[in-house]
Parts: sequence; structure tokens; C-alpha cells
Amino acid sequence: MVDGWDVLILVIKALAIFIIVPLAPLVFVLAERKILGRIQSRIGPNRVGPWGLLQTLADGIKLGAKEDFIPPAGDRVVFWLAPLFMVVPAAMAWAVIPIGPEVEIGRKIGLWVTDLNVAILYILALGSVAVYGPVMAGWSSNSKYALFGSLRSTAQVISYEITMGVAVLGVLVYTGSFSLVDIVEKQKDMWFAVPQILGLFVFFVSGIAETNRAPFDLPEAETEIVAGYHVEYSGMRFAMFFLAEYANMFLVSALAVILFFGGWHGWTIPGIEGLTSVLWFMLKTLALMFVYFWLRATLPRLRYDQLMAFCWKFLLPLGIVNLLITAVLRLGWS
Amino acid sequence: MIGNEPVAAGGEGQMAEATEREMVLNLGPQHPSTHGVLRVLTELSGETITKATPDIGYLHRGVEKLIESKLYYHGMTYTDRTDYTSAPANNVGYILAVEKLLGIEDQIPERAHYLRMIAAELGRISGHLVWIGTHGLDLGAMSMFLYAFREREKVSGLYEEITGARLTTNFFRVGGAGRHDDPPGWLDHVEEFANSFTLDDFNTILTENELWKVRTQGVAVISAEDAISYGLTGPCLRGSGVKWDLRKARPYCRYDQVDFEVPVGEDGDVYSRFIVRLNELYQSTYIIKQCVERARELQGEPANAANANVVPPEIERVSGWEPSGVTGDMEAMINHFTIWIEGYSPPEGACYMAIESPKGELAYYFVSDGSGIPYRCHIRSPSFVNLGALPYLVEGNMLADMVATIGSIDIVLGEVDR
Repeated sequence: MVDGWDVLILVIKALAIFIIVPLAPLVFVLAERKILGRIQSRIGPNRVGPWGLLQTLADGIKLGAKEDFIPPAGDRVVFWLAPLFMVVPAAMAWAVIPIGPEVEIGRKIGLWVTDLNVAILYILALGSVAVYGPVMAGWSSNSKYALFGSLRSTAQVISYEITMGVAVLGVLVYTGSFSLVDIVEKQKDMWFAVPQILGLFVFFVSGIAETNRAPFDLPEAETEIVAGYHVEYSGMRFAMFFLAEYANMFLVSALAVILFFGGWHGWTIPGIEGLTSVLWFMLKTLALMFVYFWLRATLPRLRYDQLMAFCWKFLLPLGIVNLLITAVLRLGWS
Repeated sequence: MIGNEPVAAGGEGQMAEATEREMVLNLGPQHPSTHGVLRVLTELSGETITKATPDIGYLHRGVEKLIESKLYYHGMTYTDRTDYTSAPANNVGYILAVEKLLGIEDQIPERAHYLRMIAAELGRISGHLVWIGTHGLDLGAMSMFLYAFREREKVSGLYEEITGARLTTNFFRVGGAGRHDDPPGWLDHVEEFANSFTLDDFNTILTENELWKVRTQGVAVISAEDAISYGLTGPCLRGSGVKWDLRKARPYCRYDQVDFEVPVGEDGDVYSRFIVRLNELYQSTYIIKQCVERARELQGEPANAANANVVPPEIERVSGWEPSGVTGDMEAMINHFTIWIEGYSPPEGACYMAIESPKGELAYYFVSDGSGIPYRCHIRSPSFVNLGALPYLVEGNMLADMVATIGSIDIVLGEVDR
């Protein structure tokens, strides 16, 4: 029975996603710069606002005020579309991410926009759509460096999507459901990180590669191909690529929490279970985000062929072994 | 390097004919990891380099010609600006060459020699630290850059203490250590630095890191014979296993009186050169400690040669100095003026003086016509010669290896172009 309240709640949820997803990177960019600063024995941004808190906002305004340059020899339409292909899937995926359990505020409200019964497939599909962003950006820029970036990105994202899928399969064997809410509910007693430790490893490494982050940041390797696929972008379009990168990191971290770290489960305070659950979810996600930053500060970059070899010769077999072990254990158990 | 054909604006004219399967990528001169303004025309098949052609000259300032138009002591300021990552080493090379031309090598006091060695080794440390930072950054280990510069900051502080400058030190004068020989406490600070110097961060994050090893091992290999035939010197040569170090082979200053090892690599790849340079850093601190010890023993002895033709008189003798009651001295005034206005005139002839700079064999070749201005000055810069091996080193490797190779050759464009 759908009434006006349901519609209103859905609209509020959707609005929340569309506000939080673009705003969260503002915080993450600053957090990354601060954390990198600490790791690299410097202070990080501290000029704009108290403790530099407004630095990213200032950067955003600066980017917004910049000239939006489109290479004359490039393909205008594709050039214009490419950043959208990065940002939109990143935001869309959040529709199925449950950030907390069902809470009772007058009526039962699930802390997710929609509990899709094929949520995992939906997210993997959106990941594939996001590949088009770099491909189109690199091609339409009509620049050699950008072309290199987009070629690298295509090969990388397609390869690592397979390993990511294989890693997720292990979890699916355990739960028998594609729904993220079901998956989290099944982890009430034990996180899947324990039986699926190999799966977690494969998933997280693939996630880093999917989001083009160090040490797999080849598509935008500054010191090799300058900035890769978005080298010709400026102003707000560049900001959209930037935003999408952090939104994707946030997404992959959240997904890892849901699939392996028990989602919103944790010790709750009676009376405000809903709030503490959401806090648990955020805490776990931020911890994984920190790992992203940490890796970036520490590890050198792999080479293109090594990246591919690592995926096909190491991660994929590892993922398949994990899947086999999981399947055998499940069969033996049931 | 690029041949004699005229270069069209934008470089399109000299681009090799790109076939369907090949692409010509213009790497530089504005590129984050060409260590300045090196331009490499790279012919690529996929990501594999089929041919690389370095194109230099974007930082050419005519240093040699400038030196030929100035008095000998003026020329030294330009040496700071060739290999600007390790200015004192260049200063020492220049000074030694001029002294050899003047024929006053034997008159240089012991203490000046040890001060020069301290400075030269500090220069080696600061040069290698810039290299390790940028090399790490090129391969994506960005924290290395900050760690290296954190250490280098201390060396810059030591420079500043003794010369007042942090980058262009212009240390020493012909005939000795100049007027600013070590200020009180400087040797203690140097020793403190040498004792506390550590490469633990670099070893943890790079040397023992599997990712670093796969990126550097077996990349850009050059055999000992090829390294010699390409004229490589310094860590690039020693990385291939050739134990050739001018500090041992043709000792200058007092390198024959200090104890140190010449680290050599085995494989001749990027990793070997990396290890050689890391070990050199340790050896430099070891040399510095010994030199500080000796310089302490010689404290109070003169730091300049007793040769009025090249060493100007103390400024107190020229202008007088109230607190000590010294009055100005006419002869000193005349001496002062002749040296600063006419300079000193080496006898007719030529000389070649090579030192082991952080990058390799750095040599100054002077031809004197008997006047106060060099007739010809040539700088044999190790970066320039070592860069010649780049096409050989990167051929058949991948684009990402180009960056690793340029980093491992350790070029400074200021020195390549002069």
C-alpha cells in the first residue's frame, strides 16, 4: 500500500544521496591531503578557514571560475558527455547501498533508497558503465597522453571487474541472495571477512584498481602520462572527474563494508540502535578510506604489463580458488 | 642526439614517420618526470618503446662562454648553476682546475682540503637526496620526495651556515677555503648531521619493497662493456659492476688519506644503480666524519695559501678595523685591488681536472693564453655523457620504464645543457 508518505520518504532519501555523494568528496579530499601531509611529515592545507577546513571548497570555487576549455580538434559532444559517465554511475550505485537497518520513525523505514533483489549485479553493471567515462574522455580529447590514459584505463577496469565479480561470488555462495540488505543481515553473527579473507583481499585490490588509485593509478599516472585521460579537462569538468574518483572510492569502501565487514552491525546502544548502526557503517567505511590514502602515500606504481599479469595470473586464480573453497565448504556444511 | 637538420617549430618536421602500428610521443620538454626540460622523442609500438631520441638544449645558457668572458674567480658562480643539486661539488671541481692551471696545488693548506672534502661530500648527499626523492616520485612513491627533502633541508642548513646560501653556495676561493672558512660550531653541526643521517625510511619503503623491485630490477640493463663504451661514469658505471671512482683512481684533495669503500652493483639495471647510490650516501657520511675529525685537529691553522698573487689580504689589513686597533695598510690595499680587478693570470697552457661529482666524472678543461680570462673553458658534465646512453637503455622497454630510466641515470638538465 503506497501512500503519500512513502513517496515523500523516497524523495527525501534520493535527495539525501544526491546531496551527500557530491559533498562527501569535499571532506575526503581534505582528509586525504591532511593524512598524506601527516604521513609525509608536513602539515597539509591549513590556510583556508579554521585548520584549512574550507580548502576543498575554495578549490571547488576556483575550478568553477576557470575557463572550460574544449580542445578545438576534439569531439565536443563526447568530450562534454565523458565526465557525466563518471559521476552519474557513482551516484546511482548509492541507491542500493544500505547504510543502516530498518528504523521505526512512526513507520518502518529502511535506511536505503531501494532494496533491489539484484543489487550486486546492478552495481557491477554500473561499474562497467563507468568505464566509458575514461574511454570517451581519452578519445575525445584528441591528445596522445589522454589516449594512453584511456587505453590503460579500459584494459585495467575491464580486467579487474572480472576479479571483483569472482570475489563477490564467494559472498553470494554464502548468502544465496543478491540483495545487499540480505547480505548484511546474514553477517549478524560473523563478518564474512573471516571465512572470505581471500575474497576480501581480491575484492579490495580490485576495488583499488577499479577506482584508479595508487598503486594502480596508471590511467592517470602523473609522472608517466601526465594526467592520463583527463589531461585536457579544466574547470568544472575536471572537478567532476575528481569528484567521481572520490565518490567511487567511497562506494567501493562502502561495498567492502557491506560484503565483508558486516555492514552496519556492531555494538549498539539501546534506544538509538538506528543511529549507532549508521555510525558503525560510516566508521568502517572511513577506516577503509584511510587504507586508500595510506596505500597512496606508501606504494610505488606498478607497470602496465605487471598490472595485467597481477590481475590475470595472480588475483583471478586466487579468486577462483576462494570460490571453490567456499563452494566445497558450503556443500559440506549443508 | 638530434642531427643537424633544421628543427621546425613544434617539432613536427623532425618527427619520424609514424606507421599504423606506431606512434610518436613527444615526452617533454614540459613533463613532470623529465627532471627539468629534457625532451625525448619516443617512438612507441603500443606501450613499448622502439626508439627514443633525446633532444636537449632547452636550458642552454652558455655557461662555458660566460666563463670565458669573466675573470677566473667570477666563473665560479656559474658552476653553482650547472648541477644545482650539489653546488659545492662543482665548486670544488672548478677550484681544483684553476689551481692546477695556476700550478699552486701544492700550496693549498691541509685544512682547506678537508673543508673542501666535507663540502663535496655534503654536495653528494644533497644531490643524491634530490635524486632519491624524484626517482621515487617518478615511480609513484610520493612520500619519498618529502622524506628526501626533509633530510636535504638539514644539508641546506649546513650550507647556509657556512656560505649564507642554501642552493648556490659559491663555496671556497682559489688558494684555499676563502674568507668564510668554517664558523664556530659548524664542524659540530656537520658531525651531528653525519651521525644522525639514516636511510631507514628509504630502505623500508623502497629497497625492500617488492613493488619497487619489480619496477626496477631487470629494467634498462647495461653491461660493463657497454657502459664503458658509452662513456658512462659515476653510479651509472658502478651499477654495472665497474669499480671506477676518481676519488680512488686519481685521488684529489685528500681522498687518498681517508678510508671509504666504492660500492658497485652487479646487474647494471635500475635497481643496481639505486643500491649503489644509497650505499654512496652512507660512504659519504663516513668520509665526512673522518674529515671533520681531521679538520678539528687542524683548527687554527690557515685555510688559505700564503700566496699573495691569488689570495687577497684579510679585509682588516685593507681597511683597518677599529676594535682590534689594526690600521689600513697601503700594500694590502694595492694587493686587494689588483686581485679583485685584474684577477690572476695563469701561465699559458691547458689543463684538465676531473673530480668524482655525484653524477660521475665532472671535469673542467681550461686553456689559458696568459691573461686573467680563460681562453677556453669546457665542462665535461657527467649528466650530458650519461644521457647519451638513454636511447640504448630504454629501447624495447615500456613507456613507464622510460621514467624509471631517466631517474636512474640521474641527470640534471642544468648540467646537461650548461
